[in-house]
Amino acid sequence: MRFVDEFRDPRLIRQASDEVRRLADPSRHYRIMEVCGGHTHAIYRFALADLLPPNIELVHGPGCPVCVLPMGRIDEGLSLVDDHDAIFTTFGDVMRVPGRQGSPLERQARGADIRMVYSPLDALKLARERPGRHVVFFAIGFETTAPSTALTLRRARELGVDNFSVFSNHVTIIPAIRAILESPDMRLDAFIGPGHVSTVIGARPYAFIARDYRKPVVIAGFEPLDLLQAIVMILRQLRDGRADVENQYGRVVPWDGNLPALRVLADVFELRPYFEWRGLGFISQSALKPRSQYAQWDAEARFAMAGVQVTDPNAAQCGEVLKGVLKPHQCKLFGRECTPERPVGALMVSSEGACAAYYNYVHRRAEAVGEPA
Amino acid sequence: MCLAIPGQIVELLPDGHLAIVEVSRIRRTINIDLLDAPPPAIGEWVLIHVGFAMSRISAERADEQLRLLAMLGEDAQAMEELDGYSFGQDGQDRQDGQDGENPSLAVLPIPAIPPVLPE
Repeated sequence: MRFVDEFRDPRLIRQASDEVRRLADPSRHYRIMEVCGGHTHAIYRFALADLLPPNIELVHGPGCPVCVLPMGRIDEGLSLVDDHDAIFTTFGDVMRVPGRQGSPLERQARGADIRMVYSPLDALKLARERPGRHVVFFAIGFETTAPSTALTLRRARELGVDNFSVFSNHVTIIPAIRAILESPDMRLDAFIGPGHVSTVIGARPYAFIARDYRKPVVIAGFEPLDLLQAIVMILRQLRDGRADVENQYGRVVPWDGNLPALRVLADVFELRPYFEWRGLGFISQSALKPRSQYAQWDAEARFAMAGVQVTDPNAAQCGEVLKGVLKPHQCKLFGRECTPERPVGALMVSSEGACAAYYNYVHRRAEAVGEPA
Repeated sequence: MCLAIPGQIVELLPDGHLAIVEVSRIRRTINIDLLDAPPPAIGEWVLIHVGFAMSRISAERADEQLRLLAMLGEDAQAMEELDGYSFGQDGQDRQDGQDGENPSLAVLPIPAIPPVLPE
């Protein structure tokens, strides 16, 4: 436990870590999925595995928006630049995601009008400042960012901004969890529920996991102590044969979520019949598109886009890592062809991606002390 | 993108949709339409995602979130994001004249996570 003293509550960390060891049945192997990419980042950053007994395995979940986005969506979004002379705007995380003809950043370097924005409202502002050009916002994220895109669409409609549209890649977390629970190789014992997504959707939507699949869910914050406490709460449920939804992050996550955000989501977006996820395949009713009254501001409706499908680069095993079948360093490209500086797969791009987190905190540290990673 | 940035409300703008927040000496305009009524009070803290206040938090939680961002090594990125919101500024560039200065987080007091250990 080499890092305990660096944490801000070393005594509580030690207590929680001891409690985890006391509760973990040595004859069992526990597989606990942290759904959220922010948790994945924190787990590697804080070397949480060092505080857990070896029979507790943390499995990284699908909660990293750029990681689960199939490459075809990047290509299709960028086609608006080529085919319709649009200005392409998106968040920083997307800028480095490889597409077939390069990432948005590389396309920008070759002269395409591609701009990073920090808020969808910045993209709308750009459209109002450049009435002669079409501005498309490449929207991405789970329920944490989808309400912001929804409000931006509503604002565009109110203001009658004609030269603005959204290419929506918003996905919803619950169908992805259901798909994982339904998959034939499902061997998980419990879930650490996402922190910030749950500030929007609340704790209720997870009830089916406990009720129908008998798996504990504990919504957790992002600090080492939060995550350890969540694991303690999970182990207690498993010991007692319970499966409940519990909220370790109650200081930030309200049980009912954020009602204004849920209202604007329901008002502006509808569920797509299905959507493709990297690694998980097509999942029904798992993504959001603007409702028909927003068709004018929906890039896919406005520009009649076909929906291209592009397979990932053969050698990259992003899908296997996303499903938890492979650990990041077991991918053939990891740390050689694929690094955070030159990512081949999307999991190496975002700080929330399992490969980038593993590379930055495990691989580099091992290299620094001369251990094999 | 998925980690929230805390900000303290310092001014509500007359259009009712926007407010100015401050954190670590950076002031930026954010949208407050996703908060439950009533509008936030001056001095109240909120968690911000991509330019929108998503929830109200206590000052203690705000400190905790700032420390978390620092612990995750994402504090500079968070400040860059906050600094990058441009929708509140009509055409003109910046309002605080801090160009070139690299914003960093102040050293913050340590708030407590309530222990849940005793059964």
